[in-house]
Amino acid sequence: MPVTVKTFASTSEVAAALSSDRSARYLGGGTLVMRALNEGDISIATIVRAADTTLTRIDASSSRVVIGAGVTFARILAERDLAFLHAPARSIGGPAVRNMGTVGGNLFAPVPYGDFTVALLALDAVVSVHGGLGVRDIAIEEFLQSRERHGGTLVLSVSCARPASADAFRYRKIARIKPKGGSIITLAAHLPSGGGRINGARIALGSMAPVPIRAKAAERALDGRSLDGTAISAAAAAVTEGISPADNALASGWYRREIAGVHLRRLLSGQE
Amino acid sequence: MAKTALQFRHNGRDVAIFVDGGVNLLLALRELIGDMTPKFGCGQGGCGACSVLIDGELHLSCLTLAETVAGRSVETLESMKDGPNLHPLQRAFADNFAAQCGYCTPGMLMAAKALLDRNPQPSRAEVVEAISGNICRCTGYEPIINAVLAASASRARA
Amino acid sequence: MLELRKDIFADERDDNLKEIGKGTQRQDMLGHVTGTSTYFDDHKLQGMLHLKVLRSAHPHARLRRIDTSEADRAPGVRRIIRGSDVPRNLNTLLSLINFGKDDEPTLAVDKVRYKGEPIVAVVADSPLEAFEAIAKIRVDYEPLPAVFDVEEALKPGAPVVNETYPKNTFTYHERYDHQKLRFGDVERGFAESDHVLEQRYQMSPIEHAPTETNGSIAAPDTNGRYVVYTSTQALFFSLDTCAKILDVPSNTFHFIGGTVGGGFGGKVDTLTEPLAILGAMLTGRPVRYVLGREEEMQYGPPRGAERIFIKDGVKRDGRIVARKITAYFDSGAYTRLSSYAVVKCAAHLPGPYTIPNVYGDIYCVFTNRTPATAMRGFGVTGMDFAIECQMDKLAHLVGIDPMEFRIINAYRDGDMKAHRREAKNTALIECVQVAADKAKWPLREEFKRMSSRKEGGGARAEIPPTPREPVASRPAPAQQRTSYDRGIAMPASEQRPVAPPPPPAPPSPPAAPSHGATRFSSVFGTRRR
Repeated sequence: MPVTVKTFASTSEVAAALSSDRSARYLGGGTLVMRALNEGDISIATIVRAADTTLTRIDASSSRVVIGAGVTFARILAERDLAFLHAPARSIGGPAVRNMGTVGGNLFAPVPYGDFTVALLALDAVVSVHGGLGVRDIAIEEFLQSRERHGGTLVLSVSCARPASADAFRYRKIARIKPKGGSIITLAAHLPSGGGRINGARIALGSMAPVPIRAKAAERALDGRSLDGTAISAAAAAVTEGISPADNALASGWYRREIAGVHLRRLLSGQE
Repeated sequence: MAKTALQFRHNGRDVAIFVDGGVNLLLALRELIGDMTPKFGCGQGGCGACSVLIDGELHLSCLTLAETVAGRSVETLESMKDGPNLHPLQRAFADNFAAQCGYCTPGMLMAAKALLDRNPQPSRAEVVEAISGNICRCTGYEPIINAVLAASASRARA
Repeated sequence: MLELRKDIFADERDDNLKEIGKGTQRQDMLGHVTGTSTYFDDHKLQGMLHLKVLRSAHPHARLRRIDTSEADRAPGVRRIIRGSDVPRNLNTLLSLINFGKDDEPTLAVDKVRYKGEPIVAVVADSPLEAFEAIAKIRVDYEPLPAVFDVEEALKPGAPVVNETYPKNTFTYHERYDHQKLRFGDVERGFAESDHVLEQRYQMSPIEHAPTETNGSIAAPDTNGRYVVYTSTQALFFSLDTCAKILDVPSNTFHFIGGTVGGGFGGKVDTLTEPLAILGAMLTGRPVRYVLGREEEMQYGPPRGAERIFIKDGVKRDGRIVARKITAYFDSGAYTRLSSYAVVKCAAHLPGPYTIPNVYGDIYCVFTNRTPATAMRGFGVTGMDFAIECQMDKLAHLVGIDPMEFRIINAYRDGDMKAHRREAKNTALIECVQVAADKAKWPLREEFKRMSSRKEGGGARAEIPPTPREPVASRPAPAQQRTSYDRGIAMPASEQRPVAPPPPPAPPSPPAAPSHGATRFSSVFGTRRR
């Protein structure tokens, strides 16, 4: 049977369609849903689209940044006020994928994809979703832990506080292929500080678990300390605590564990 | 079985087709329009062989739901030549041995065109970035990068 | 008197053939840059159907039952093809040149031997309907112990991967389980050495990853023939293979190809044509069978993995005096072309070096992995990786510059190679000199002056005394038959007496060549100097 495509004018209609039909998938930029169809995924019977322009809105005028779920990575790169997100946006795909892929879709992208979400996790982003019970905001960490359940909801936007300085937010994606390739490990660090001491460090890792996760032991190693060699070494040593990455075609879990600390050290010490 | 009517501009001409639900733009172009220049390589967004321009922007036709191009302009390699004359990029690809098996070439040329249309004098790094979503298994990329830079230089001279 | 007016065309051809040093445009370039080169999939045929295959979910399992009744009734399904529909459902690629036994079905019947092996083909109106029908096929598997490691596969009691070769090794000359090379006496060489270095090397399978996946379109033509558009790298080889599998005269087919979207060796296995043609035969419609990207990467044949053990004896002055190599080529579940890779490898030992004592045992081993095939220098490339790693280690061991170490051991014109042919037109020394120069690698003056044309031959041209080994007296295995044969008479070529095995060494009278042996000497190894 061919797939049924339904296009709705409002996000609430989309949300209703998604929550009432388990075989329905929301089509954002197409890089996940169309791929599944091309590979013969017969579980998708309905594709739901939204013509609602609120999904492609960016509000970057204040200290709290709101990005519509339908915003593409190319649009983020074109937005000067979102400079802190340019490195993660640029690390995704080639130009065509960046013209298509969206911030909302990236939340659902499986390993080795989903790099932008790693950045959002380090920034303590909030995901706004429209589900069967209406609109609600979910902390991104909680959203990711229950990601499978959110397939039947519509992500409206993500929001986060703008980092205090360019130095306070850092991002790095490690791939075998230059200039672009699937992630072996993706790292993002948000290092808010006051009085020379880090307060509320967030370190997020991609490709180290089925969804992006926080390296909480490394965060603890940094909190309350200045970003010096001792603190960086302690964070690097603790980065894989409680984390057991899987093997895939790009790297073994063992290799990922071995290099995580190396790359965190480079990220924190500002080395290339 | 229900089909959806779809109208768009294809290489400067208005076209109208009926598509099955879920059909991607690559299939629509190849099987319904008959434009065989975009190629299927992966269906995953990994190879870039199906690259086309939608309203001047580089897109992967295999990951584009056909009906999303309604009313928009789709440009493929078919339209790159100016009558019998090769586009400077095509000439440069030929002169620089930038194609071997030729299968990635349509996508490479569209990615290169998307770059030069916006940035006529790119740096080498910008060329590398512009074709970073396109896989070539034959040439090792160097001839392709050189060809794009040569096309850029030839247009600057012209 | 009929006369051809050659003068009319006199200006058309310049026969001076002076092309070297001039740029010449490729004939296909204009088509490539305009997107008008025609690949197999660029044919739009009226009423074309789409074929997809159900692949094995297990690396090794008995097929207890295949239930297609629900899929038969699925919307859009035109035909379901099972192994029993394939006229000759057992083949080996090189059977066309009388090398090896038929060991691989087009569609598995009673057993699957690798994960992803085709079991049932579905021909439907659209790819989606084919996928939906495949999801409705029920296969009752009885999983069997599987073996994925070449050395494990050779141990007694290892699971038998492919009943055609019950010892999990390809059979050469009807009796040998590996290819042997014996030249001089390596044990004496090791005894005379200042250092002995033994190392293990392992490489992984490598997928060609062509941008165009394997595929073909077969369409009924007039006069009962079939037009086949295909991605194959080996058009006539593929045509003949299809004629054999489908049990029809080869002039039934008109194969059209040649414009291939990347091959590198991964498009010589005739993966899709037999089923596409059979689908066209059974439905009377054009049938397209194209691998998806995941299929291409997971189940398309790769360059096979090799495990290589090298033991070298080297003198303090840098001369290698003995090299002993044992290698296991992972053929996967079926032979395809690995048997030939092993022959090429044995002929390549000990690399481009003159070593007085060489010993080689190379095995083509069956495991429950994806069958391997050709890829750019297969049989040689993997071995060269190991040999050249070993050369660097040896150079380090004796404290000699690695470039100079290679020059010391390089073969020269007139030297006797380990497989008893005189080395001619050698140029390794010159290659090393140029490479060193380009890399600004300092070579000492005396090494810069050395030449492949000097100081070869003489004592280096002699075949050293080589101890004879007792030939293991083993009965030739009985002609293997399996249920796939369906009682079809074996072609005469398979019943013809085969060439007697060549004695290990030294030179002996040439063996009587069997059919095709002179043309395919590198496969049979029977032609002698």
